Amino acid sequence: MRRIVTGAALLLFSGNAWAQENVALKAGVGRETVEAYCAACHSLDYPRQNAPFLSRQGWESEVTKMIKVFGAPIEPADAKIIVDYLTANYGGG
Amino acid sequence: MISRRALLAGGAFALAGSLPPSRTTRAAEKPFLPQGLADGVYDTATLEALPGKKPLIKLTERPPNYETPLSHFTSEFTPNESFFVRYHLAGIPDAIDAAQWRLKVAGDGVAKPLQLSLSELRSDFAAAEIAAVCQCSGNRRGFSQPHVAGVQWGLGAVGNARWKGARLKDVLSRADLRTDAVEIVVNGADRPALDGTPDFIKSIPLAKALDDNTLIAYEMNGAPLPHLNGFPIRLIVPGWTATYWMKHLDTIEASTKPFDGFWIKSAYRIPTGKFPIMQHFQSQVAAANEPITEMVVNSMITAPAEGHTMRAGATIEIRGLAWDGGYGISRVEIAVDGGETWRDAALGNDLGRFAFRAFRFAFTPPQAGTYQVMARASNAVGQTQADKLIFNPAGYHNNVIRPLTINVL
Repeated sequence: MRRIVTGAALLLFSGNAWAQENVALKAGVGRETVEAYCAACHSLDYPRQNAPFLSRQGWESEVTKMIKVFGAPIEPADAKIIVDYLTANYGGG
Repeated sequence: MISRRALLAGGAFALAGSLPPSRTTRAAEKPFLPQGLADGVYDTATLEALPGKKPLIKLTERPPNYETPLSHFTSEFTPNESFFVRYHLAGIPDAIDAAQWRLKVAGDGVAKPLQLSLSELRSDFAAAEIAAVCQCSGNRRGFSQPHVAGVQWGLGAVGNARWKGARLKDVLSRADLRTDAVEIVVNGADRPALDGTPDFIKSIPLAKALDDNTLIAYEMNGAPLPHLNGFPIRLIVPGWTATYWMKHLDTIEASTKPFDGFWIKSAYRIPTGKFPIMQHFQSQVAAANEPITEMVVNSMITAPAEGHTMRAGATIEIRGLAWDGGYGISRVEIAVDGGETWRDAALGNDLGRFAFRAFRFAFTPPQAGTYQVMARASNAVGQTQADKLIFNPAGYHNNVIRPLTINVL
């Protein structure tokens, strides 16, 4: 999991001077998993701004789209951790 | 005249689209944000300057999605350093050597594939210039009710510029476009972070590609394109939403078959038949949905700011900008009583049917109270802004009339 993040970070940050990210997620069970997978492709203000209107079903649909459409290499067990975290901390819809 | 009833109501007009007070409080903490967005936007959005840009509203950092604050829309032309930034994929080319840039023109729909340098694009083809609005398909998505997932754009994923470049049809002609080509597929130099993510590739129907107004632009407002607006060249598709305006354009392929990539087959689609759209992307229309195409008629009040306070009997000029999908703005009306009575605003210069059309209206509130000011644009084919949101899952085409509050003491 960590390897994915490191590899992506090296690729993406090279030279992009504006990509000095400092987007903190709320503390909670599963936060590290979310940071590791989701931040491989995008900053974490994506889930933060899409809140709190998505229900569990809404977050499931987002995570499934990332896996099936955008090719995120996330195993089902980790996908569940991610959905649980997002629903608990950024859900409510 | 403002009705007595409206004045007595003191701002408690029952409006579709009026906002819950909690959001007003949230918006007050970040006055550069409009009201009506999801709480998460007020938590995360900040004003930040990208290289070559003034501080814009940062919605997401990587890929960068930054919108223009309403206060920057002070004329019909949006300055390059204020123009919004929108990327789908985080792999953005860092430094581009214009001298080494090549535009490849190929595909089974051309007989003579070719490559062009930027200097050839400038010297070998007649230059055309057009004023045109570039608006993200998702502009105003953040106001969707219920809220929908995606970048939570407010009002500023739109701008108007003078674009100068070569006509796409001239470049296709040089490559000997075949008569059986149906779509022109365009790709740019940005790329996904993961191999498994579909590259951002779009297509446009042949007729739109051959339109005189469709350009390969190398200038924006008389200067080279800003890096984050597509340097060194981008496609200009006047009237249509910015999803087709490919940035960092490096490949054009004429295709004899409809393109089947993700970004045209699955993304950027609207429910078929739900919007008053005249131009359809016929080779991509499905029963349930079809590609987004032309922009719907819309307007924004750019001054005064939300919550402006003034004295009764004083006069304020309500100013704004209107645009549509290229039919031309014919009328903008203003209501100062929450939408009961509409009066014509004065229109500014006509800069072409694809450009922003400025409007202004002098308003002298006769007495104290809270006034709900609204602008409503109409175009030359009789279309008018929507009273109610036409909901769609991606939050596109939001042209609902937006009330602005003026407090009069």
